[in-house]
Amino acid sequence: MMNETFTIAGVTFRNRVLVASGTFGYGDEVPELVDADKLGGIVTKSLSMKPRDGNPAPRIAETASGMLNSIGLANIGVQKFIDEKIPKLSSFASTVIANIAASSVEEYCAVLEALDPFKVVAGFEINVSCPNVKEGGLSFGTDKVKVALITRELRRRTKKPLIIKLTPNVTHISEFALAAESEGADAVSVINTLIGMAIDIRTRKTRISTITGGLSGPAIKPIAIAKVYEVYRAVQIPIIGIGGITSWEDAVEFLLAGASAVQIGTYNFVDPSAGVKVAEGIKLFCEKQSIGNVGELVGAMEAQRSLSVIESWL
Amino acid sequence: MIQTHAPVHSVEEIASGIFRLSFRSREVASAALPGQFVNVKVNDSLFPLLRRPFSIFSVESEAVSIVFNVIGEGTRILVSKKPGDVVDVIGPLGNGFSVAMDSKNYKTALIVAGGLGIAPFPFLLSQIGKDKKVLSFTGARTSNQIVRLGMGHMHIATDDGSEGFAGNVVDLLEEHLSHHHYELPRIFCCGPARMLKRLSDFAQKKGIECYASLECAMACGVGLCQGCPVETINGKKKYVLVCKEGPVFETSTVFV
Ligand SMILES: Cc1cc2nc3c(=O)[nH]c(=O)nc-3n(C[C@H](O)[C@H](O)[C@H](O)COP(=O)(O)OP(=O)(O)OC[C@H]3O[C@@H](n4cnc5c(N)ncnc54)[C@H](O)[C@@H]3O)c2cc1C
Ligand SMILES: Cc1cc2nc3c(=O)[nH]c(=O)nc-3n(C[C@H](O)[C@H](O)[C@H](O)COP(=O)(O)O)c2cc1C
Ligand code: FES
Repeated sequence: MMNETFTIAGVTFRNRVLVASGTFGYGDEVPELVDADKLGGIVTKSLSMKPRDGNPAPRIAETASGMLNSIGLANIGVQKFIDEKIPKLSSFASTVIANIAASSVEEYCAVLEALDPFKVVAGFEINVSCPNVKEGGLSFGTDKVKVALITRELRRRTKKPLIIKLTPNVTHISEFALAAESEGADAVSVINTLIGMAIDIRTRKTRISTITGGLSGPAIKPIAIAKVYEVYRAVQIPIIGIGGITSWEDAVEFLLAGASAVQIGTYNFVDPSAGVKVAEGIKLFCEKQSIGNVGELVGAMEAQRSLSVIESWL
Repeated sequence: MIQTHAPVHSVEEIASGIFRLSFRSREVASAALPGQFVNVKVNDSLFPLLRRPFSIFSVESEAVSIVFNVIGEGTRILVSKKPGDVVDVIGPLGNGFSVAMDSKNYKTALIVAGGLGIAPFPFLLSQIGKDKKVLSFTGARTSNQIVRLGMGHMHIATDDGSEGFAGNVVDLLEEHLSHHHYELPRIFCCGPARMLKRLSDFAQKKGIECYASLECAMACGVGLCQGCPVETINGKKKYVLVCKEGPVFETSTVFV
């Protein structure tokens, strides 16, 4: 029997393929198109304390093999999630991770405390790529001290898996991973979207309403793999690799670079059952290669391990 | 809503530069309602990445068709499809004209289309109750760009005056209604944003109910991405999603 499972802080996922926050709603959107029970896990849209309307249109623009988004964290808020989504999610076979977004450390804590009592919420992924309202709207995620503080405060409030989702919009993402690890994070998700921008040359307007937005999709995959590799060399905790995955081959690449699991984001929009197909593909690949446990692939790339990532750039 | 690999039946030019692609899918055909759309992956490569939404133009037994002109990479690939090629389709999607169309609270349907905004109307005309009086108004840049298939008699406006009324279709409608009176009219429209805005203002002024099919950039078409907001007027929520709650809206409820 092939072992497809993996575990973070005592919580076992049926396979190593999850769907990424903001790309699969709250898990219950398209039951006609995908059997969500076959996924390793579902990460919810980022939840904030109060519902958020999100940004004006246009919120998305397609770019070469990718897309820009500025959804503005539109979400139903934690109370409505508890009232309307948790009852539905309780019948899911796959593991549900609640993703949290907030504009203050207090809000992160409050959302986590509101969700912690619910059994179906197996763990938390923390979106630190949110504007810190108190300090002029700069993203928490680009400030190591803030990432450490958020991790510490949340760690005190939950025994469930605590996963910090890192932004690539920093110079050395591994330093942020280390900050999260040292404050007790159980895993890191790598990466959130990259800042990008596109202009319609005829109207001279930016193609999304907020001027810049988050770039995702196949276009960012090589960057994401480099970030996973950098983090893998720096920390001991598991890494969930994210960025541009569309196929099982892509996913295996992330595993080899050091990810223990992967998330599929943008490609859910193209093929809502992509996650299920990727999980099946990984399983078949391992069977063909006589690999008994998918985990054997994690970090198993051939590399000059003595070379540090930073040196290799010089 | 289903996802299916549907064989292309035909691609034909039905007006100058305007193409109709029809594909076979029993499931999409049997579930489709006027004003709904399908989301099409034009090839199996990663460029273009996202699906392309198209209104359902017609449904004849198992054949479903869409119409489009070539504006970018996606439509360029679609136009080169050959019979037997396969397109990956998700549909039917969204809330179309059905509820408004089937209502007993109106007697005259005023159909107003600008350019490719004609797309949802042949299907609507094939389904609308025989008890309704139907008048169609369509505008195009020039005579040979008018889509006539499945539309029956139309009042025509062309920008260059090559056929019918010289000017835009909203002016034509206003002109027409200033001479004719219809019992309990209701407007069904689709077209460029500027046209819909003018129609919405006109309808409000005249106290006519108006239903418009809106377009906006979409990443998923099924409610996963939150990428397609339209702002509501006095709604409970600031925004609703065009792909799920629309694409058809009563124009007094959203900022068209
Ligand atoms: C619900 C819905 C129904 C639609 N029905 C039809 C239809 O029946 N027939 C039809 O021809 N088109 C329809 N459209 C628009 C259609 O989806 C776009 O024309 C198509 O995506 C173009 O793809 P492309 O790759 O050829 O062009 P792209 O390269 O994607 O775009 C070319 C140019 O068109 C602009 N553009 C792209 N999509 C849109 C859009 N949705 N609205 C306004 N501008 C856009 C781009 O910004 C770009 O400047 C519909 C859109 C929606 C949301
Ligand atoms: C439309 C859209 C919405 C997203 N919303 C969120 C979100 O609410 N919270 C979050 O942590 N990440 C969000 N993301 C980021 C994704 O979860 C993922 O990290 C990123 O898109 C990279 O993966 P991909 O290339 O597979 O899409 C969003 C991405 C997209 C495209
Ligand atoms: S297009 Fe994704 S939610 Fe509407």
